Amino acid sequence: MTTLAAAIRAPVTVNRRLVAAGTFIAFGLIDILFGLYAHRGDATFAFSVSGAGVHVPSIHAPASAVAYALGAASILIGLLRAFVDQPPWAKRLSIGLVLLFFVVSLLCWAYAGSAIPLNVVNLLQGTMNLSIPLVLGALAGCMCERSGVINIAIEGQLLVGAFTAAVIASVAGLWLGVVTGSLAGGLLGSLLAVFAIRFLVDQIILGVVLNVLASGLTGYLNDRILVTHPNLNTGLTFNPVKIPGLGDIPIIGPVFFDSTIFLYITYAMIILVQVGLFSTRWGLRVRAVGEHPTAADTVGIRVLATRYRNVILGGLIAGIGGASLTVGSVGTFTKDMSSGLGYIALAAMIFGRWTPLGATAAALLFGFTNSLQATLSTINVPVSSFLLLMAPYVATIIAVAGLVGRVRAPAADGKPYVKA
Amino acid sequence: MSEQQSGSPPAPSQRPPPAARRPSASFSRTILDAVVKGSPTVVTILAFVAAVVLGGLLIAFSDTTVLHAWSQFFSAPGNAIAQAWDAAAAAYSAMFEGAILNPHTVSAAFHGGSVGAIFYPLSQTASDATPLVLTGLSVAIAFRAGLFNIGASGQWVGGAIVATYLGFGISLPPVIHVIVCLLGGFAGGAVIGWIVGELKARTGAHEVIVTIMLNYIMYNFLSFLLGTPKALQQPGQSNLISPPVAASARLPHVGGPPPQVDAGFLIALAAAAGVWWLLSRSTIGFRFRTVGANPSAARSAGMNVEESWVLVMLIAGGLAGLAGAAVILGPVQSITFNSYGTYGFDGITVALLGRASPVGVVLAALLFGALHAGGTAMEAATQVPSSLVQVLQGLIVLFVAAPPLIRAMFRLRAARAAGLEAVPKGWNT
Repeated sequence: MTTLAAAIRAPVTVNRRLVAAGTFIAFGLIDILFGLYAHRGDATFAFSVSGAGVHVPSIHAPASAVAYALGAASILIGLLRAFVDQPPWAKRLSIGLVLLFFVVSLLCWAYAGSAIPLNVVNLLQGTMNLSIPLVLGALAGCMCERSGVINIAIEGQLLVGAFTAAVIASVAGLWLGVVTGSLAGGLLGSLLAVFAIRFLVDQIILGVVLNVLASGLTGYLNDRILVTHPNLNTGLTFNPVKIPGLGDIPIIGPVFFDSTIFLYITYAMIILVQVGLFSTRWGLRVRAVGEHPTAADTVGIRVLATRYRNVILGGLIAGIGGASLTVGSVGTFTKDMSSGLGYIALAAMIFGRWTPLGATAAALLFGFTNSLQATLSTINVPVSSFLLLMAPYVATIIAVAGLVGRVRAPAADGKPYVKA
Repeated sequence: MSEQQSGSPPAPSQRPPPAARRPSASFSRTILDAVVKGSPTVVTILAFVAAVVLGGLLIAFSDTTVLHAWSQFFSAPGNAIAQAWDAAAAAYSAMFEGAILNPHTVSAAFHGGSVGAIFYPLSQTASDATPLVLTGLSVAIAFRAGLFNIGASGQWVGGAIVATYLGFGISLPPVIHVIVCLLGGFAGGAVIGWIVGELKARTGAHEVIVTIMLNYIMYNFLSFLLGTPKALQQPGQSNLISPPVAASARLPHVGGPPPQVDAGFLIALAAAAGVWWLLSRSTIGFRFRTVGANPSAARSAGMNVEESWVLVMLIAGGLAGLAGAAVILGPVQSITFNSYGTYGFDGITVALLGRASPVGVVLAALLFGALHAGGTAMEAATQVPSSLVQVLQGLIVLFVAAPPLIRAMFRLRAARAAGLEAVPKGWNT
């Protein structure tokens, strides 16, 4: 405990308020630059999808003027942050607004004078689809780490989930694919649990090693079996399911209520994990185990059983996320197809401060930037798409360094519990 | 304490009584003790054996001929077992021939063939081990200061970009050109590592997040440079590939014709020696280790923890950057959008297997280098995919990291903790 206390008392070398204010003002200046370099003309934002019952009119915005206004607003928010004491909700709101303004002025710059309008609904639909594995991965992380076991193996859990789902869906049907994909993630979770809890292996090491193992195993089986037996990797996918009523609402309907089953599973998981961890007796016990296992043990909570259960549950959730990569979107499994999404989910969990809702918000941010990049790469933006791909990662570093700073994990996270 | 019931699981908090370690033990006694009690070396060897056995099962039971033979197990059990054995043995012997020694070249040498060809597999192993030594050192030195460097991959890219630029962009006399490129590679990686250390020291941004993000930033930055005609792209190319480095910037072979070794391997060994000296003989290294063992104790003792973080990440990044330079100036000569491969992440497993010590890192990198070289040969000879190597790597490190498991599997007595001690334990450090 003394170690932790001393670590918290570490000298803070920057004034967080000034760093946050400076970051906001920098974003505001970038917004103004977008305005300066925008082509003449309006940027058109379309809000309707083909085949929708209600037609929503498009918005024609004077690009430069909007960017200037939003830039000025961001600078104002920065100045407010620097000179006015604000409650926590206002701080969070200002982060959100500055990011929103940044995105809108970026889009104004990109679409100014363009003949093709930006379809906002498609952009947001892409965001939801790309976010599903990230959200589920980050929730898996929350489940494990709230009980005190670090889960770097999210990447591996996604990968085995994707592999198993693709193969089983090809031979036994889609639903069985999802179930077995989830079970495969849970199996990797139980390996994590056994080695971390029973054999006391360092959990960061363990996670990295399990990722190597998962990548090697799925890659090997792919090269050895799937390549020569394409009937095991046929690429079946779920069809989108539109929720009656809700799905017909303009803008909101197509984005939130007209997608594959995975989006609805994700909603359910977010609610289950958030409510479960923070509003139930079970969640209180889990968090007690993650913060102070000795105290939890003293009052009769079974520390090791709680950890086993949570790590395996987390694996099951990440496995569903993996399944969404294959049977929920592209269908076929390809080698290393999770391509770092598990690590992004890990970052989203930390960024979201180990809370399910925070992690979901961070994961959506990543999903949005990826979707934005995909959208912008279809029009002739005078910036390399690789630079756009860098943007979410740069934004994360700025956010983690400038806005979030030192985050606090559950106190016993990563520390094996050995009964004295 | 000494009257432990046999068969009960070893309690992790258990310490052997000090009297058990008598200093005057004879050599044979020491060996026997090491085997029976499971010293770190023995655990590593047994972990390797266990991984090879599991890998063999994986080879055998993913082979269609073997599976067919096993479907008739009850009518011909001998055939089924023989088929499985043959499949695994063929793959592993191809691996051995590609990594260590091919008996055919030996018999050919007796009949007037080239003697140098005997050493070709070993040269290949050393060449494959070179970047792993350097990225392994990069991860290991950060471990010793309590930091987890997942970013060796991005730092590798940073070093490789600078080395490539210097390699084709400037003209210098032969030896000086190579040295400039290598230093440039070190600097390129060091900048990326420095960013991580500086952010952690100043703002508390966790190095795991920052290194992961910087990996993706550097991958995309590399593709951006390679996709921009006047930046790094080879003129007249539409592919993402750079011009080859000038002949004067290429790392020479030492001792050719075979047996020969890439000069890069010698540089990697020199770097390992340097890191060993730094960690165990210098004041800076002492500070690193103290900060890694207990940051608050280090702070109480008047050490500047933040400065140590910055410095160690700078060195770690430099080592990974040097790995990038060694690969570009050595075997490949042009950088492409995916040249970074798995060097950075293999470095993590190398550092773990080598227990974050420079000597251990070199040995672990040689083992993994041999697996890589052998894996390529195995795929060519037996159609068993070389991705098997990654499975073996993962299994070896998994078993090494769990000494109680290995002891339970091989029925060794509990000994002193042989796990990996000098590594970060969680997020809150």
